[in-house]
Order: sequence, then structure tokens, then C-alpha cells
Amino acid sequence: MFDAIIYQVGELTDHIKKLLQTRIGSVWVEGEISNYKRHSSGHLYFSLKDHKSRIQAVMFRSDSNRLESEPEDGLKVIAQGELNVYERSGLYQIIVRRMQPVGVGELQLAFEQLKAKLASQGLFNKDRKKPIPRYPKRIGVVTSPTGAAIRDIVHVVSRRWPRAAILLAPVQVQGIGAASEIARAIQMLNQRDDVDVIIVGRGGGSIEDLWAFNEEAVCRALFESDIPTISAVGHEIDFTLSDFTADLRAPTPSAAAESVVPDREETLDVVNGFHLRLKGAIRGYLLTLRYEQSRLVNSRGFRRPIDLIRQNSQNLDHLTQRLRQSMTSGLKARAHFLDVTSGKLEGMNPDKILRRGYAVCRKLPEKNVITDSDQLNIGDMVELTFATGKTVCQTTSTIVQPTG
Amino acid sequence: MEEQTFETRLRGLQTVVEKLESGHLTLEEALSHFEKGIELSHQCAEFLTRAEARVEKLVQKNGEFIREEPFLLAHDGS
Repeated sequence: MFDAIIYQVGELTDHIKKLLQTRIGSVWVEGEISNYKRHSSGHLYFSLKDHKSRIQAVMFRSDSNRLESEPEDGLKVIAQGELNVYERSGLYQIIVRRMQPVGVGELQLAFEQLKAKLASQGLFNKDRKKPIPRYPKRIGVVTSPTGAAIRDIVHVVSRRWPRAAILLAPVQVQGIGAASEIARAIQMLNQRDDVDVIIVGRGGGSIEDLWAFNEEAVCRALFESDIPTISAVGHEIDFTLSDFTADLRAPTPSAAAESVVPDREETLDVVNGFHLRLKGAIRGYLLTLRYEQSRLVNSRGFRRPIDLIRQNSQNLDHLTQRLRQSMTSGLKARAHFLDVTSGKLEGMNPDKILRRGYAVCRKLPEKNVITDSDQLNIGDMVELTFATGKTVCQTTSTIVQPTG
Repeated sequence: MEEQTFETRLRGLQTVVEKLESGHLTLEEALSHFEKGIELSHQCAEFLTRAEARVEKLVQKNGEFIREEPFLLAHDGS
């Protein structure tokens, strides 16, 4: 009968819900809070209105927990959320995810928009980040000459790594023109060839005070810097677009200084450690060589020739000793024999005997020496030889001497 | 020749130590590595113990940084 589709109520509500979610989706809306009510569940119920219209809003506890201050009726806010339909009543409403008072909200919005833009242009890309040098000779610092940041940086660098020079590019860090001054200082430092790393930052302050570091000019200068950059803005919780763009984000200026220079004492320990290892290594090496050498020297193969030489030399000594000894004793024996012999010889000298009164008797004419009276007959001629002179005699008688 | 920075010296020292510890060297090589290592270690230590913090400030004129001068921190007693 009818060509038109006939929905059930629930189906139609579903359809509307899908339309709202897909066609409108996530939105930002500005308005004034009214009929604000915090339910005991922690969910917030209110409406947002302006002079023309109003819209129901709900903020669930998981999101409302993140609100920095309690909303109230009449507060002008910027809210971000998704449209949805409450099926039971068929009323549409915005489910608020984030909400901020107008003013701060405007800055935040600008922040989010610029952040999205710069992100899409690749300014925050991790692969574009340059490494921070470990031992910088000269550190460029872009900050106020009178702020706490430069004082903290100088303090930390002088304590940790006094070999690094600090070159301050003094700039205004807040107020009109601050962003372009900061950007310009980064560019100027890039024109020098003696700056190894640049710290850009300032101490803490309100979101407005830190605003220069959320500006595009500063982010571009950081992105285009050939020198590695460190962003150190405010306190730990403050995040600026400079933090996303710089090669390294430090939570504070002091932390930036700590991360840009090594600690001298620690590095000295490293050097001393190497020194000790060096000495240990060479000592160990020489010890090994000495051990090897003594092992070789004491080896049987090496000792054999020396042993032979020693044995021979000992033999030689022994023989020499014997030689000397036998020489000496031989000579002595000969000398003694000579003494004895010459004594005997002396005793047999006839001359000596003759002097004692003896005479030698020889029978003539043969001149035989007579030692027995039987060798002579009466009348034989004999020659008597005395110690001095000779005489010739004739035998007259023989006297027989009794033997015994 | 590459400029000898603290970093290159420290790296050189580390290399020498590791080579020496590996033990695959002749005596002559080992001794020359040792001498070189000791020299590098002295240079590094001397570099670290000589303290000379220098702080300078660029001076701006008409938006241009024209020169640098010593920068003294104002001690405000805070």
C-alpha cells in the first residue's frame, strides 16, 4: 500500500543517532553554562546556551575528573564533545569530553590548532630530531639575561662541565615581539660555526607568560636550526609547542643544562677506570710473557745444552785438580829421592872413608882391590892408597883372624 | 687530520684499552698501545681537571647581534 519505509520509534531514534554521530561527530562549542548539576555518580548535567538557543550537555565522571575547576552557572566555556541521542527521551545532547573557561579556552584552542598544523607539516617528527652532542664546547642559550633560567644553566654547567663555554643570546621571553626575538636569536646562533647546541627557554610562568614558546615563528626557527636544540620552558608540567619541535625537551632550564653536559666527576671516573684497565692489561700481558719465557728456559730441551756444558766444565775442573795434585806429589817424591840418593852417594865417597884412616889395597901388578887376606901370598907386592898419596909394600906374613 | 676533541680522545682511549685487553698483540704493539693509552688518559684527565667556565653574552644593535662580551650574572642574593 505504502512505498515509504515505516520505522518503529526505536529504529527512527537509532537512525537519527547515527546521523548525528556520523554527520556532525566531534565539535567545539562555545556557550554559557546553565542548570548545572553534579550528580552523586560524578557525572555533570547542564545546558549550554547563548542568546539564541540552548543544548543539553552531559559530562561523564571519567572526563569531568580532569576539569581544573568546578563549573558553575553563568560560566562562559568552550566545550569539545560528540553529539548523541538519549534514547529513552529522544532528546539530543552533547557529551562533553573537555571544557575550559573562555579566555584560557581561546589560547588553548589556538594551541591545539597550531599544534595540529605543525604536526601535519612534520615539525614534530621524531626522525627529524638531531642527536645532542655529548661533550659540547660552546652552548648557545636563548633566554632572558635577567631570568632564573640563565642563572640555573650557568650554575649547572659550571659545576658539571666547566670546560663548556656559554654564549647567551639575550632576548625577551614574554610580551610583544618576544617570539620573533627568540626566533631571530636561534637563526643568529646558526650563522656562527662555534655553537654545538642551543638551549631555548625560560623559567615557569602562567600560560600567557609562556606563550611566545607556542608561536609558529619560534617553532619554525627550532625546526630549521642546523644546530641541535633543547627546549626548556617553565616547570615540569608545562608543555609548549617548542618542546615538541626541539630536538630534546627538558622539563626545566636546569634539567636542560644537565642533559647537555656530562658530569665531570663521572667522566673523570670513566677516564681513571680506563687508566687502571690499561695498566692492568699491560701488566697482565708482561706477566704472561715472563711466564712463557721462564717456561721455555726451564724446559728440558732448553736446559740440556746448559747441563752438558756444566757437566763438562765440572769434569774439566776435576781433571785439572788431579793434574795439579799429581804434578806436585811427583815432584816432591823426586826431590826426596834425590836427597836420599845424594846422601847415600856422599856416604860412598871413598875419599871420605880414606880420610877416616882407611886405605885401599890393590895387588900389583893387576891392581885388583883386595878385600880378603886369602887373596894374597907372602911376598906379593901391593899398592896402598891413602887419603893423600900412595905407597908400595911387600907382604911378609899373613894373620889369620878367627871368624865369628 | 681529524681534530682531537675530548670525545675522540676518550673514544681512542677506550679502543686502546679494549685492544690491549684482547691480548692479540705482539710485545712491540702492546707497548706502543700502552704508551698511547697512557698519553690519552693523561690528556683526558688534564682536560677534565682544568676548569675554566666562560660565559659570554651577544650584544644586539638594531636587531643584529654585533659582538660578544663577558657576561656576569647579577647576584641578587636570592
